[in-house]
Amino acid sequence: MPSRPSPSDDSILRLTSVSLGYGDAVILRDISLDVRRGQVIALMGGSGSGKTTLLRAATGQIKARTGEVLLFGQSLAKVSPTDLQNLRQRMGVLFQQGALFTDLNVFENVAFPLREHAKLSPTDLLARVLDKLEAVGLRTAAHLRVSEISGGMARRVALARAIVLEPELILYDEPFAGLDPISLGITARLIRSLSDRLGCASVVITHDIAESFAIADHVYLVGQGLIKAHGTPDTLGQSTDPYVQQFLNGAPDGPVPFDYPSSPRFDAWLKQQQAVR
Amino acid sequence: MSLNLRIASLGHLVRTKVTGLGTFTRFFWMLLQRSSIIFSRPRLVSQQIHFIGNYSLLIIAVSGLFVGFVLGLQGYYTLNRYGSEEALGLLVALSLTRELGPVVTALLFAGRAGTSLTAEIGLMKAGEQLAAMEVMAVDPVRRVLAPRFWGGVIAMPILAAVFSMVGILGGWVVGVLMIGIDTGAFWSQMQSGVDVWKDILNGVIKSIVFGVAVTLIALYEGWQSRPTPEGVARATTRTVVAGSLAVLGLDFLLTALMFSN
Repeated sequence: MPSRPSPSDDSILRLTSVSLGYGDAVILRDISLDVRRGQVIALMGGSGSGKTTLLRAATGQIKARTGEVLLFGQSLAKVSPTDLQNLRQRMGVLFQQGALFTDLNVFENVAFPLREHAKLSPTDLLARVLDKLEAVGLRTAAHLRVSEISGGMARRVALARAIVLEPELILYDEPFAGLDPISLGITARLIRSLSDRLGCASVVITHDIAESFAIADHVYLVGQGLIKAHGTPDTLGQSTDPYVQQFLNGAPDGPVPFDYPSSPRFDAWLKQQQAVR
Repeated sequence: MSLNLRIASLGHLVRTKVTGLGTFTRFFWMLLQRSSIIFSRPRLVSQQIHFIGNYSLLIIAVSGLFVGFVLGLQGYYTLNRYGSEEALGLLVALSLTRELGPVVTALLFAGRAGTSLTAEIGLMKAGEQLAAMEVMAVDPVRRVLAPRFWGGVIAMPILAAVFSMVGILGGWVVGVLMIGIDTGAFWSQMQSGVDVWKDILNGVIKSIVFGVAVTLIALYEGWQSRPTPEGVARATTRTVVAGSLAVLGLDFLLTALMFSN
């Protein structure tokens, strides 16, 4: 296992001037952010702004084109595959769609990381998994198959699976999507309490302004391929920046266009359609 | 289309196919490299043998029975012309152990278990289950693909043996019980004419090779499928087409190698 950072170095995830993309397309550029132990960071932005891409860079699924991604003090560009595996054991990820294993039941889904990485006795494993399921209110759903639970429940099971190894960094991709108001409030408080109780760092990708502002220590606003603004929820709430104001108030008019921009490909397609008719 | 464009598209096609072959070979190598899990966690493989074998057992057994019936009938009609209907047992057994057992089992296996494997892996990919495993520091090739590969490779000769056994019984039912050939002649001709090494072992080797080919193609197609319903559907179709063609092509090669004098 790679050495854990010293107590004075409490930076868990640090991105410095990072640009990311797929193929020829650059999705994000000049991204810098720092996530420290015990912090809850909210990453907000419109759909397709590249928030999930940022998360994939943090997990080492995609490489930064420029800049540096430091995870637990190690550069992901230089880390060996074995060390990357070791670093990943110290993080938990909640996927946008939950990504539960459909051939396993609820209990086995949550137990999966423990069976793979922790050498626990069957009694300890049962206790640990039921404890995490209880935290998300699904202790008595442990026996159910994934096909028998609702979408909201599936996300809560995925949350239990993400935290079962009690990681030092938890990345949440849209943790509040599809949850009813009660589950949403409990999930938000759970994310905050995990950071407070275990001292883990949390990165929450979300559109939910009220809940994320209530639990986050620092908020980054992503848009147009850049970090447009960042700060504490209070400072962002008081910001006069038109981009921040439009996003927080959900205004149709402002620097962020609602309409998808036109392109030469669309013009060519439209011309072809009109010619056919 | 101009000549230049034709040459360019031909070049592109050749390059795509060669690249695909290279990717397929690398995939096979990657799978072999991560196969140590079958020793460290044999339960994962036995689960797959049970899963793949169980799913295919009924169709294999029923198909074997009917193929045996037909072999019994057709064999009898032909042998009867030459007055050597006692050799029916030998004909049925050789046809099944050398050719029909491994080949038909592999074709049915591609249609039944192969498509199931492709769809399962494709849907796991589409549902981000493989990506989730990767970020949990669990290698999906080692944890998901390797046990399925070895499960398929081990299940295939067992299924082929079941097919041949049930087929021989089918031939016996038609030849002995329905037509009235002497049962002693049926079994003794078979016993004296079937060679354990030349016939049965070669049949087993064939079925292992087909098991490797079909399971590998099924897993590769699932692994490479586009993570959409259409992508998974296309991959499943490709598994049947490529798997069946691979079995028939390999059968010709293996037969030429094994049974030529």
